[in-house]
Amino acid sequence: MSNGNSTMKKMLLGLVVLALLSPVGVILPDMFKAGSAWGEWGPDEIGKMVGYVPQGMKKLADLWQAPMPDYSFKGWEEKGLCMQSLAYVISAVVGMGIISAITLLFGKIMNKKE
Amino acid sequence: MHIPDGYLSPQTYVPFYAFIIPYLGIAARKVSKFIKSRYVPLLALGAAFSFVIMMFNVPIPGGTTGHAVGAVIVAIILGPWAASIAVSIALIVQALLFGDGGITAIGANCFNMGVVIPFVGYYIYKLISGSSEITSPRRWVAGAIGGYVGINVAAVIAGIEFGIQPLIAKAPDGHPLYSPYPLSVAVPAMALEHLMVFGIVEALVTALIIIYLQKSDKTLLTIYGGAR
Repeated sequence: MSNGNSTMKKMLLGLVVLALLSPVGVILPDMFKAGSAWGEWGPDEIGKMVGYVPQGMKKLADLWQAPMPDYSFKGWEEKGLCMQSLAYVISAVVGMGIISAITLLFGKIMNKKE
Repeated sequence: MHIPDGYLSPQTYVPFYAFIIPYLGIAARKVSKFIKSRYVPLLALGAAFSFVIMMFNVPIPGGTTGHAVGAVIVAIILGPWAASIAVSIALIVQALLFGDGGITAIGANCFNMGVVIPFVGYYIYKLISGSSEITSPRRWVAGAIGGYVGINVAAVIAGIEFGIQPLIAKAPDGHPLYSPYPLSVAVPAMALEHLMVFGIVEALVTALIIIYLQKSDKTLLTIYGGAR
């Protein structure tokens, strides 16, 4: 890879740009009044849509309390689009950091095994 | 396509877990053979890219949202096995840290987005690009079609996973225990929105990155499979 390092740098920069632009992913759906993805409704929404909440769903839905639910912080649901966008950028940076670290660690372990 | 907790019955999510754990073990072995240490940073970038591109929710006005997965471009650059690893790491972090996709559904979600999309997308890319020059427009067209078809096949499979729930798990009163929509609703809903909108997003993401790499660093398009 002759110019591999410069490409890696550009890609890294590209990821930073994507993180900063990520609020587009909350602002556009808000502008066009689009809701959840198909099949990703919470039990309350399902209850409204079909008239009841399936019993098994009720039991499993809250199995896990994610520390940053929906790429935001607990209690930030009512804070408006601006704070949601900020939380989204923070989530993008934190998520990419953790994911890169896990992948690099995975690489280290696999190389040691060889 | 991130199936949450509560939509899949144990009869569905347990077999997917049983498949995905050994699958990822095999993928890890396959990847370690050719990725070597110098491509690990690229794999990390691929995983991070897949994660962040999934945050770009595209709205269907007044309806649902969806997004690209970025799995096909990672598969074209590093191969489908490596893409499985990258996308699965992103999906597991999404489930655990952000509650996007259920923890019971990690196996199914990794299968849909981390196995189906990269393998379908990559082999379509390979088939269409054939022995064309690395800088040929045929390459990005092949990538676009691979992206489009890959995410659509996964959407139909996810639709089937949703749709079989009312058939396999019912409460004594006859109501479905988990995802309540039948196949006749779930499959067309998942298929249509991906055919019309989100498939195009995955196609664009894949094609634009191929075009960029053809201009800036085409060696990246020759890492896997040793394309000419």
